[in-house]
Amino acid sequence: MVQWTDFERATIQDIFSKIDYDIVGPAALSRCLIVYPWTQRYFGSFGNLYNAAAITSNPKVAAHGKVVLAGLEKAVKNMDDIKTTYSDLSVLHSEKLHVDPDNFNLLADCLTIVVASQMGKAFSGDVQAAFQKFVAVVVASLRKQYH
Amino acid sequence: MVKWTEEERRIIRGVWEKVDINEVGAQLWARALIVYPWIERYFGNFGDIFTTTAILNNPKLAALGKVVLSALDTAVENMDNFKGIYASLSRQHYENIKVDPDNFRLLAECITITIACKLKAELSPQVQATWQKFLSAVVEAMNSQYK
Repeated sequence: MVQWTDFERATIQDIFSKIDYDIVGPAALSRCLIVYPWTQRYFGSFGNLYNAAAITSNPKVAAHGKVVLAGLEKAVKNMDDIKTTYSDLSVLHSEKLHVDPDNFNLLADCLTIVVASQMGKAFSGDVQAAFQKFVAVVVASLRKQYH
Repeated sequence: MVKWTEEERRIIRGVWEKVDINEVGAQLWARALIVYPWIERYFGNFGDIFTTTAILNNPKLAALGKVVLSALDTAVENMDNFKGIYASLSRQHYENIKVDPDNFRLLAECITITIACKLKAELSPQVQATWQKFLSAVVEAMNSQYK
């Protein structure tokens, strides 16, 4: 089981209490679709994704960004058993959505950059380390049910 | 050779002119050494590099940060000749310093995150994509003399 220091727990709770899910979720997802364009293939039914402007103003992308962050909140609330918390989501992404699990890392990177630009100086090396450990555990849990 | 559009060149220069080499040079190691602690093994004779405070006050790290960013500055000025600029640096890191080349990518990530904290919303998705393309090309050039 993942061990969290007091600093790491406090840092994760603090970050997620301060960010606006309705901004960060859509920003992270749209960034991912722009910076790593092959990820757009999972969103064929989302309509216009032809350029950055279209992606950032696409309401389906925004809505789905919020869904992703809501999912992340489950991990924030269950830091001592993220694996079990994400078991169903992992099965879903593997068996129904057929998402290449490498893409979880790309979305995690984009989320890190969005949080960094929101927090500015407050996103110190120690805070970054805690955040990246958290998203790494989330990504590993999402990969867990793939076979 | 990597191809750059005029737009991409403009974006890279736009990001770079906002980077204060002294400021970012020190912070760079404060992120890399904390988030990826195994990097400490390359700095055995640098003194105290084990806490954020120590890292930020370490003159050897500050000096090395400036060296790294000065090399990046040369790359920004010579975007059509990374291999040429970085050939001897690559050879030096391979033969003398014996750096695991995976670490170049990690350092590049830390540079991007430091810039995200500084530039915030100005590091838009498109700017991020272009900046990451630039750093990937630099990292590739640093890998070029590794066998």
